[in-house]
Amino acid sequence: MPTMPQSDILTTDGLSVEFGGLKALSRVSVRVREGEILSVIGPNGAGKSTFFNAVTGCCRPSAGAVYLGGERITGLQPHEIARRGVARSFQNLKPFAEMSVTENVLVGREIHFRSGLLSAVLRGGPFRADERRHRARARDLVDFVGLAGRRNTLARDLTYGEQKMLEIARALALEPRLLLLDEPVAGMNPTETGFVMDLVRRVQAQGITVLIIEHDMRMVMGISERIYVLDHGELIACGTPAEVRNDPQVIAAYLGGGKNARAH
Amino acid sequence: MGKSVFYYLGLMLVCVPFLRANSLWLPVVFLLAWGVRRGAGALAANEKVAAFRERGDRLIARRRGGLVALPVAAALLLPLCSSTYLVEVVTSAFLYAILASALNITVGLTGVLVLGFIGFYAIGAYTTGILTAKFALCGFWVALPLSGLAAMLFGVLLGMPTLRLKGDYLAIVTLGFGEIVRIFLNNLDRLTGGPNGILGIRRPGFGPFTIDGAVAFYYFTFAFLAATVFIVARLVDSRFGRAWVAVRENEMAAGALGIDVFRKHLLSFSLSAFFAGIAGSLFAAKQGFISPDSFTFYESVLVLCMVVLGGLGNVAGAVLGACLLIVVPEFLREFALYRMLVFGAVMIAFMIFRPHGILGSRTIALEREDAHNAAE
Repeated sequence: MPTMPQSDILTTDGLSVEFGGLKALSRVSVRVREGEILSVIGPNGAGKSTFFNAVTGCCRPSAGAVYLGGERITGLQPHEIARRGVARSFQNLKPFAEMSVTENVLVGREIHFRSGLLSAVLRGGPFRADERRHRARARDLVDFVGLAGRRNTLARDLTYGEQKMLEIARALALEPRLLLLDEPVAGMNPTETGFVMDLVRRVQAQGITVLIIEHDMRMVMGISERIYVLDHGELIACGTPAEVRNDPQVIAAYLGGGKNARAH
Repeated sequence: MGKSVFYYLGLMLVCVPFLRANSLWLPVVFLLAWGVRRGAGALAANEKVAAFRERGDRLIARRRGGLVALPVAAALLLPLCSSTYLVEVVTSAFLYAILASALNITVGLTGVLVLGFIGFYAIGAYTTGILTAKFALCGFWVALPLSGLAAMLFGVLLGMPTLRLKGDYLAIVTLGFGEIVRIFLNNLDRLTGGPNGILGIRRPGFGPFTIDGAVAFYYFTFAFLAATVFIVARLVDSRFGRAWVAVRENEMAAGALGIDVFRKHLLSFSLSAFFAGIAGSLFAAKQGFISPDSFTFYESVLVLCMVVLGGLGNVAGAVLGACLLIVVPEFLREFALYRMLVFGAVMIAFMIFRPHGILGSRTIALEREDAHNAAE
């Protein structure tokens, strides 16, 4: 895929986020190309999740702008951004604990439902067609992430790893153009990590751009076409896995405590 | 919510008789509360108690068909073999059941705590009273939907600015709303008749037939309850119900899936208000007379108790809770003074033995059902 000339699906321009006086993100400009798998890495507290939150409208940027396929989406509500095709998973899992796996994914289909309040009461043709279609799609997605045997289990009864898969299925139910995954393999064993890597590639094969925050270097180096590196809220490097691996600034950030170390 | 709601409702009710008698009892009550809480915690953790809870859940999941059919049959046959007095009591239980079903949408499903819910009931009742009796502008059948819509309108007006608030803040705003409605009714003499209320509200009729007499009105109310439960149950089992529960479970995740949390809150809130308005209209027609005294904070707490007792989010639970809390106290009239005390103790007992209410939350039933299916 990297051979074709590509358009950008997501760009940020000088994106900054401040919490009180603390600069969580400062002047971050990225370009995400349509169809690629891109990772955002950096030490703890580097601002990776804040970057995701700013892009998805979960926190308000103090400066800068976010563009989705050329449309400025800065300052929109999270649900408005989601409706434009941006789906995400969360670092701290947020499954709908008291709902079954299928129901969780069906909630992700919500924006694709066409039938209204009255037809939900009367149960006419359009309602049943809607319900059948989206249930089928939800089931497919549950199978797709490997939870086929757990369709009717309550989300709260899933294992940690299964809940992570559920979040991905739920996000995919939106039929997004861009999928943001916040630490999809944290706490997983190598077999599970391998499964997620394969899953992400299959998602990409469907034409969905994937943006990943991850600490697991096997995953990051194995799957990313490009990598952005954040440290102390600033973008310190970007490039292919090979380029990033050998970047002295990146090595310093990971091994020597970044900016502070260099100041001495 | 769950456990702590039981605890605080129980505590509030236990306090009422003590506080009326002498406020010096207050420290004693709180000391008692502390002890009860510790004791209850220990008891709830007890293995045998836990096994009892499990057994109850399983039983309810297995006997769901009977749990619906039996009470419906009993309700239909009741007037044939009971006193007019009991029929009247159960009719009013049905009215409360409509209210509890309505409140269940906001509190049980969407997870928004509403404390002054009786305000919407009052608006419905007064809309009917004013339209059919005070100014005699129209008949009951025109006033009925207008009562629902009036309550809904106030729901939207109250919800628009306040539903962005979180948890306890919203609860306090709605508490204030309930009180404001009552105070307005008490003072808007020209419109509402002030403390004297509105007299001479006529019973509805179909052409030449008037729904007169206790038994006729009993079935009339039952039909409305059945319709309400039917509509709510169907909404729960649709994308609307799923979105409400999703919002209750996690607002941030729901937002990330394109769900407008505020609009879902507003929808559930205004639907609740609508059904409360309908119930209010029926109440006005049943009583023939309404005054602000029927719409006090105590009634709001009572409706909330019904929802919690039956099982937050459980459609049948709300109805059951209403029937129990209206009918059982009628048999405890001799102990009127200690009624609140018994209520409170029952609530605390429920916290221990059935922390999700009698029928449990929707989820428990669902989970057991699945376990059942898997076993077959």
